[in-house]
Amino acid sequence: MSTELLAFAYLVAVALFVLGIKRLSSPATARSGNRLSAIAMLIAVGATLVDASVISYQAIGAGLVVGGVVGVIAAQRVAMTAMPELVAGFNGLGGGASALVAASAFLANSDQAIVPSAALSASVLVGGITFTGSLIALFKLSGKIKGAPVHYPGQKIGDTALGLIAIGLAVAFTISPSPETFWGLSGLALLLGVLRVLPIGGGDMPVVIAFLNSLSGVAASMAGFALGSSVLIIAGAIVGASGLILTGIMVRAMNRTLLGVLAGGFGGTSNGAVTSEKPVRRTTAEDLAPVLAYARSVVIVPGYGLAVAHAQHVMRELADQLESRGVQVRYAIHPVAGRMPGHMNVLLAEADVSYDLLVDMDDINGEFVRTDVALVVGANDVVNPAAREDVDSPIYGMPILNVDHAATVVVIKRSLSPGFAGIDNPLFYMDNTLMMFGDAKQAVGELVSEVKEARYRPSVTLPPPRSGGGWEADGGGSLSELRVSRCKGRPSSLV
Amino acid sequence: MELIAALTVFVLAAFVGFEMINKVPPTLHTPLMSGSNAISGVTLVGAILVAGTGAGTAATILGFMAVVFATINVVGGFMVTDRMLEMFKKNDR
Repeated sequence: MSTELLAFAYLVAVALFVLGIKRLSSPATARSGNRLSAIAMLIAVGATLVDASVISYQAIGAGLVVGGVVGVIAAQRVAMTAMPELVAGFNGLGGGASALVAASAFLANSDQAIVPSAALSASVLVGGITFTGSLIALFKLSGKIKGAPVHYPGQKIGDTALGLIAIGLAVAFTISPSPETFWGLSGLALLLGVLRVLPIGGGDMPVVIAFLNSLSGVAASMAGFALGSSVLIIAGAIVGASGLILTGIMVRAMNRTLLGVLAGGFGGTSNGAVTSEKPVRRTTAEDLAPVLAYARSVVIVPGYGLAVAHAQHVMRELADQLESRGVQVRYAIHPVAGRMPGHMNVLLAEADVSYDLLVDMDDINGEFVRTDVALVVGANDVVNPAAREDVDSPIYGMPILNVDHAATVVVIKRSLSPGFAGIDNPLFYMDNTLMMFGDAKQAVGELVSEVKEARYRPSVTLPPPRSGGGWEADGGGSLSELRVSRCKGRPSSLV
Repeated sequence: MELIAALTVFVLAAFVGFEMINKVPPTLHTPLMSGSNAISGVTLVGAILVAGTGAGTAATILGFMAVVFATINVVGGFMVTDRMLEMFKKNDR
């Protein structure tokens, strides 16, 4: 194929990549967008295969078959809850591939001009860090190594020194390429990936994955500079930019800074000072069901605890039940719900929850004052009002879902144990909060069957918004009404 | 490719990326991440070039590994993204 025709094919591929990503911005068109990107990749790869400089096909054919089989199996077998691990793994492979491309190109032609040399060193450095960093992130996410930050003595100075040496080697290689500097740089890049991710706590892994996603794009782009391939430069740059935006979103949602996350040390630690002597109001499925069944609007706040308990499907059953009774049900999604950006949306989509019911934090927060019941399942820190009110709280300033503005808050939780950040949650002790202790799947399951049978209104008068204490009993009702009003009015069982 | 031309392409592509991704709603952030991740596997193009030039055993072995890595990234990435997006449905009621 002539060079012009080849360049034209790459141009078509790039245009399709752009169109494909553009279509990813709406759930209705996203699937076709992804397929468009896949077609673009097919065109780019197909064009490369007929490139005149490709003269032997054994290694390529074998690689495509092996990689294709592994890729198909991984994509089909992975559980949706394990999506962060899979993305981390794919990130690592992408970065590793770029580093290998640079290494192979270096071996093939070790007498490089200055531009390819700079690009080669950048590609092997960024690609190498992405490879080992992603593997460590993968192991941390899957629990193969502990999530808590791991340090070695003098880490700050040591890492800074290693980083400076790496940059020095990259510059040295650019000026006069030699095998020693190249392989030294490669080894250092792999080491840096391990050392930089190990000290980062498991809770910060969403940020790390997003950032490594960006780096894998940058590495591809650098390989493009080395090989003079515009399709690599462009596609890599787009991915680099997208990863950076996602990183920014995650960092803001967690009230951290990127530098703060990369410095490590946060998470996996608890101040252990949480002794809850304060009274909470307990409730049971039987008492709660009428409250839900006769509410006008219910907002469900799912946390990762919901997915851990495999309670998404039964949650949707409850929502269906309530909707069939005319209750408006929506889901409030915090940006860091789940274990990676947008993870909770995928987990709920898997349970057939319609995506138009999933409302982002900024859109739902103003709605809580008009909400009868906020049902918090398996979430903790993202609904902690201390982030809004308590200047001394470690999570102060983190954007939260304002569930405490709802007339009644129901929290389904195993125990009063603090969340990931190890911070007590004042929400649990508020007058309008009801605690339902237990496994999420079991508790929601009980609610489903109780709501089916709920026949008595909890009270004739619905609460005014933000009344502070739910609604009062009007007295003299049936036994079931009494039970409900007891639970809603004055706490009968203080824990 | 001339350096300055390549840099121009790089910078413009990064801007295009920023502009496009900023409009993606949080609902789609996970598919976006795995989808863009698959696109970063475009390094497969480079892997094929280095694996197929017949430039010595070591270079070919590294090239082969690069093809394997990048293909897993590409094939797995696009497939799992499709699997996720297939589940995103709007129930008409």
